[in-house]
Amino acid sequence: MGVDAPLGDFGDVLFYSALAVYVLAMLLHAVEHGLLRRSEPEAAEVPVPVAVGAGSGEKSFPTTGDGTPPRPPRPASERFGRMGVSLTVLGFGLHVAMLVVRAVAAGRPPWGNMYEFTAAVCAVGVAAWLVVLYRRPELRRLGVFVLLPVIVLMFVGGTVLYTQTAPVVPALRSYWLVIHVSAAVISSGILLFAGVASVLYLLRSAHDRSGRMAWTAKLPGAQVLDRVAYRATAVAFPIWTFAVITGAIWAEAAWGRYWGWDPKETTAFIAWVVYACYLHARSTAGWRGQRAAAINVAGFAVMVFNLFFVNLVVTGLHSYAGVG
Amino acid sequence: MTDTLEQRTDPPSGKSSPGRDLLALARNTWRGLTSMRTALILLFLLALAALPGAFLPQRTPSPQAVRDFFTRNPTLAPLLDRVGLFDIFGTPWFSAIYLLLFISLIGCLVPRTWEQIRGLRARTVAVPRNLSRLPHHAASDDDRTPDEVVAAARSRLRGWKVDVREELGGVRTVSAEKGALREVGNVVFHMSLLALLAGIAVGKLFGYEGNVIVMADGSEFCNSGILAYDTFRPGLRVDGTNLAPFCLDVDRFTAQYRPDGAADSFAADVRYSDSAALADGTPPVPTTIAVNDPLRLDGERVYLLGHGYAPQFTVTFPGGEQRTLATQWEPVDQRTFLSQGATKFDRPGVTDEAERRRTQIAITGLFAPTSSGGSVVTSTYPALTAPEVAADVYQGDLGLDSGRGQSIFAIDQSMVDQGRLTRVVRENLVPGQTIALPDGTQIRFDSVKEWVNLQVSHDPAQDAVLVAAVALLVGITLSLTVKRRRIWVRATPASPSTTDRRSLVQVGGLARTDQAGYGEEFERLRDDLLRPRHGGS
Ligand code: HEM
Repeated sequence: MGVDAPLGDFGDVLFYSALAVYVLAMLLHAVEHGLLRRSEPEAAEVPVPVAVGAGSGEKSFPTTGDGTPPRPPRPASERFGRMGVSLTVLGFGLHVAMLVVRAVAAGRPPWGNMYEFTAAVCAVGVAAWLVVLYRRPELRRLGVFVLLPVIVLMFVGGTVLYTQTAPVVPALRSYWLVIHVSAAVISSGILLFAGVASVLYLLRSAHDRSGRMAWTAKLPGAQVLDRVAYRATAVAFPIWTFAVITGAIWAEAAWGRYWGWDPKETTAFIAWVVYACYLHARSTAGWRGQRAAAINVAGFAVMVFNLFFVNLVVTGLHSYAGVG
Repeated sequence: MTDTLEQRTDPPSGKSSPGRDLLALARNTWRGLTSMRTALILLFLLALAALPGAFLPQRTPSPQAVRDFFTRNPTLAPLLDRVGLFDIFGTPWFSAIYLLLFISLIGCLVPRTWEQIRGLRARTVAVPRNLSRLPHHAASDDDRTPDEVVAAARSRLRGWKVDVREELGGVRTVSAEKGALREVGNVVFHMSLLALLAGIAVGKLFGYEGNVIVMADGSEFCNSGILAYDTFRPGLRVDGTNLAPFCLDVDRFTAQYRPDGAADSFAADVRYSDSAALADGTPPVPTTIAVNDPLRLDGERVYLLGHGYAPQFTVTFPGGEQRTLATQWEPVDQRTFLSQGATKFDRPGVTDEAERRRTQIAITGLFAPTSSGGSVVTSTYPALTAPEVAADVYQGDLGLDSGRGQSIFAIDQSMVDQGRLTRVVRENLVPGQTIALPDGTQIRFDSVKEWVNLQVSHDPAQDAVLVAAVALLVGITLSLTVKRRRIWVRATPASPSTTDRRSLVQVGGLARTDQAGYGEEFERLRDDLLRPRHGGS
């Protein structure tokens, strides 16, 4: 198995460049946030009253558009926010390039150890964020809060978990690796975003009730945050389910049983059940809103625990970390 | 739709009798158990109960880790063990949680499925009186007649479940629904959970797993019963007497390593005969078993889970009798395959018991596949490039007749402590070298063989579990991506006069699920359903 070490090192350069660009983007978003005034009332949430007068014969025309008022000249906060987004896109490009380079250097998908896995999860998290931004540009003010955990995770990945480019051990060399791990990466990245949205929802709704933490008043409204978190989780949950199932298929081929309560499997199961709880809570009277959001945050905590604690501290069959 | 599943409280009944109270209690318990809130709490408990399994080693996958934990935490471990924290997934409390959850699920699913079947045949919901109250709505004048509006709406709403109704005064309405698959997906998902659990249970009852070490020198293994295995883990309804017969010869083991000693690939060349071949005497079929690539027979799968070395020694006793043995030694370091073990010899042809017990021999010590050289033997690489044994040769009574079981990898230390077994020589040997014991016995290190650790697994429900898992995935995907939505159209004649062809058309839309995002689709529908006469003024 040829490993191209210089190319792998070039991947590291790209990784740190992406990280640096994200930090800049986050700073710009922080300035944006600082310049913002309190958020407007949730325009999208309040049904626009329209006089239709059933059967009155009164003339009317469709009015269900979002009824945005004409834009005032672009405020400073918006300029900073837009620069932040541009830099995020740039950082994302470097980030993807890093993954491609590592993959070429190692001759396998770029998630064979925790450094690469963390990098890939963060890339999906940023991608999810960019998709959300594309669909709902008004959420741009969340930039700081989305980039912060991405930066922290990437920093930990690039220092503590750093591993040189290398092929993977035989048990990991299977096309199920590609399928299973990519599903895990994609769902984790989206759930990262969902977790951030739920945390912000909790802060924002605490503010709505008590008036404390004035800075959260600049966040999008609680309902918007809640819904974004739900939609992200609803997309990620089937992918996570798929990741668990393909993991079981792979375990059957490699270890002789499809499920064996290995610590990694146990934690994946717990995370799955917690997210099932979240989806249930969303349709149970008395559990919608804050309790549900807290469960979503707990779910993400389990995912992070699975990535770090289980890989580094507990040793199971998933001796995959390649650290130390 | 979820409201129907919420717990309802019974209206207070006037009189009470013990019988009726009991009935009410039972009914309330059932309702409580099948309520959404109970399901939620049970799910939460399930996650919570599984949590220690992420921190503490479990006996089922890793008994050795549990033993290590006991040595490291001698006071804490027995306490944890008393509440079953090393066997969580088999404890009564864990089983109680998931059984309650599944009872709740059945209680929940039956009425839901029933409701859904009825819902499939039911008509769509009639148009609400006041469409402008809906979250999505619009209206406009139209120069088509109500009938034309309805006909156009019907063709636009192809693929929707549509009902056309008439109201007083020539008013025509269309009500349409889409996304019933969401509910179907939800029921399929929950049903698949039940099927999955059933499949797992069948596997636990009727499956088994056995491990066996076989020399990779053409040695044969036959799945003839428990005794053929080194360890055997039967399902609850398996007694090991009726295993499907098959035989396997392991001809060769090959491994490739990277320069740093990490393994690149393992494979075992085997020849196998399944039960049909054994019955009609067809010759064995050659194949290769590798990591990630087991041998799949009709009901059994054979996995290559590990490998190691077996140094072969020939002992020539003073009387000239010879014995040759290659016993597997156990790798103690996975990177270098430094191994340890004990190869035990009984002097042949000795009839006097006391004499026999003085002349038994054990060769213990360390084996390095690639020795570092020097007086202390260590291994630097896992492949067999420069093998060397650091041999401690013991002579005396091995204690094989003591009735105590002993490890194949070690001698019985208590025999040494009692002075009945003594170390007579310590020397490093490379293949071909011989050492002599004080009594004239010669020991030659001949060569090194390789062994493989095979696992045979049998699980009759495995395919069913896979099918259930796939159904589950399809179900949850439908349930979370399909949007249930409704759209209504009401076309009212502009005036009672039959010559006036104009009408007022109103549309309203409602997404019945949490998922936002109906807005855009509604806007497209609205634009197609309404043809405002005064374009936008
Ligand atoms: C065995 C464990 C269970 C798991 C893992 C589970 C999982 C899930 C998941 C992931 C969803 C989300 C899908 C969706 O929103 O459509 C869901 C929905 C639902 N579950 Fe369960 N569930 C379980 C047991 C139950 C039980 C016992 C009940 C009965 C009380 C139940 C009733 C429901 C209902 C009514 C929904 C639909 C909620 C909605 O329409 O938004 N589930 N379940």
